[in-house]
Amino acid sequence: MKINKTEIVDTFAEAFEMWGSRVIITADSMGWARAAALSMTGFATSVIRCKCEAAIECEIAREDTPDGRFGISVLLFTMSKSNMSARLVDRIGQCVMTCPTTACYNGLATDDVVPVGGRLRYFGDGYQISKQVEGRRLWRIPVMEGEFVVDESFGVQPAVGGGNLLIFGTNRSTTLRASLAAAEAMKEIAGVFLPFPQGVVRSGSKVGSKYKGLIASTNDAYCPTLRAFAPKTKIPDGIEAVYEIVVDGLDEECVAEAMRRGMHTAAEKGATLISAGNYGGDLGKYHFHLHKILNG
Amino acid sequence: MSLKLNLHTQSNVPLEMSCINPDAIQHLSQSGVERLEIIHGNDTAHLGDFFSVKGKGQETIHIEGDCAAIKYIGAGMSNGKVVVDGNVGMHLGCGMTGGQIIVNGNAGDWVGPEMSGGRIVINGNAGHMVGAAYRGHSAGVQGGEIFIHGNAKNEVGSAMRRGLIAIGGNAGDFTGVNLLAGSVIVLGEMGIRAGAGMKRGTIVSFSDTEVLPTFEFACTYHPVFLRFYLMHLRKNGFQIDDRFVNGRYDRWSGDSIELNRGELLIFKR
Repeated sequence: MKINKTEIVDTFAEAFEMWGSRVIITADSMGWARAAALSMTGFATSVIRCKCEAAIECEIAREDTPDGRFGISVLLFTMSKSNMSARLVDRIGQCVMTCPTTACYNGLATDDVVPVGGRLRYFGDGYQISKQVEGRRLWRIPVMEGEFVVDESFGVQPAVGGGNLLIFGTNRSTTLRASLAAAEAMKEIAGVFLPFPQGVVRSGSKVGSKYKGLIASTNDAYCPTLRAFAPKTKIPDGIEAVYEIVVDGLDEECVAEAMRRGMHTAAEKGATLISAGNYGGDLGKYHFHLHKILNG
Repeated sequence: MSLKLNLHTQSNVPLEMSCINPDAIQHLSQSGVERLEIIHGNDTAHLGDFFSVKGKGQETIHIEGDCAAIKYIGAGMSNGKVVVDGNVGMHLGCGMTGGQIIVNGNAGDWVGPEMSGGRIVINGNAGHMVGAAYRGHSAGVQGGEIFIHGNAKNEVGSAMRRGLIAIGGNAGDFTGVNLLAGSVIVLGEMGIRAGAGMKRGTIVSFSDTEVLPTFEFACTYHPVFLRFYLMHLRKNGFQIDDRFVNGRYDRWSGDSIELNRGELLIFKR
């Protein structure tokens, strides 16, 4: 199958079950909301070493935030529900509570919830105050400029992690331009996020390593420099660079839609070939077949 | 179709009608509703002696007429809705645990005493003791919301433990007296001695007010949590100017004759 001159490989992206949460950060200015969100989503590219994956989902208009201030939505995913509370408490406690003027609210209305403000409140050392309004309990934790307000609980739901595209090109700059454009288009879909820097990954990994104790290592099949001798190279003639775009989402539909948009945009911007990463289909619950996605 | 009760006979003495309650009425036939027993002065009577009844028992009870002498409407209700087009008497929604009461008129004293859930909306004025504890009881409102769009008299939220009371107009003396927790927001002016004896909880005033000497000034700041409350009130029909949402408030801590953990937030002009 082709989109214009770009070949779409008949393969699938293998993705995994994760647990998702949505955090709404508000502040007196978009600058402070963004500062907190960037800090909170730092070092959250892959569960392999970061314990969670997170990124900014979108900015939120003032009239749509719980307290009428500038807002940013952050999505944060973990491999298990039991791990979510600790990740949120760590990151909200260290990156949002510390950031001037911010407040932090739950952005998912689900039956499943995990305690966050209910644990962070102890930072208040007995001076914290609880308030209940509109069916939610807020905690007011005294800080040196006033108070940090945070929801008692945050909703969690099953989610999809590890949807991906592999963008191949004839040189690095063209491939990167196509990948970046694809990533930008994919980020526009509500409910998805791209956890890596600008959404683009150059160090794609395979499962396992020749070295004991490493659960992942470089994906030699897609490294152009190893093409001459890597046993399973998948670099065709004329390809000089491959970038991966990893996409996580709150459900299958939004991940598939993001991948569809990503493929069209990458093709439009000069990608030579588009493929996807999988592990043979045995590890992940979700299989996103590229041709099926494009055929609707 | 809702159940409609139309007041056709005014009583010379107060009536007590806790039976006007969706829990008690929703499974009754029209005649069953008419036969409901009520207290008429020191005697008993039937609801049909004073009200004409139309429709079948549903989740919404619609009452028309001046019910200023009728007490305990919606007392103890746990779900459904009571809408009154007219004034209501004392003890409206007493001890209710859920549901909603809307009064398109004025209410007497003791609106929502000791309620623990649900919402009462008065689109007029209310009397004394809104959301209060009965005399001798340790706690008043334990949950739910009371919205008075007009004025209220003395002792709003007396001994309240949880929940929200908002007064769109002015409140009388001793607003939030003996408050245990919860929030009382007065968009107009408050009378004297607000928060006397309060242990915890929040009293908010948009107007300058006399602060008791047993309260201590803490700071002037932007209380972010209050924005949440004010936006909630806006959604429920209160007119709140942006300057109150975005403004700064003086925080007074008190009452030091008690725990001293309560707060009086007064809008800084």
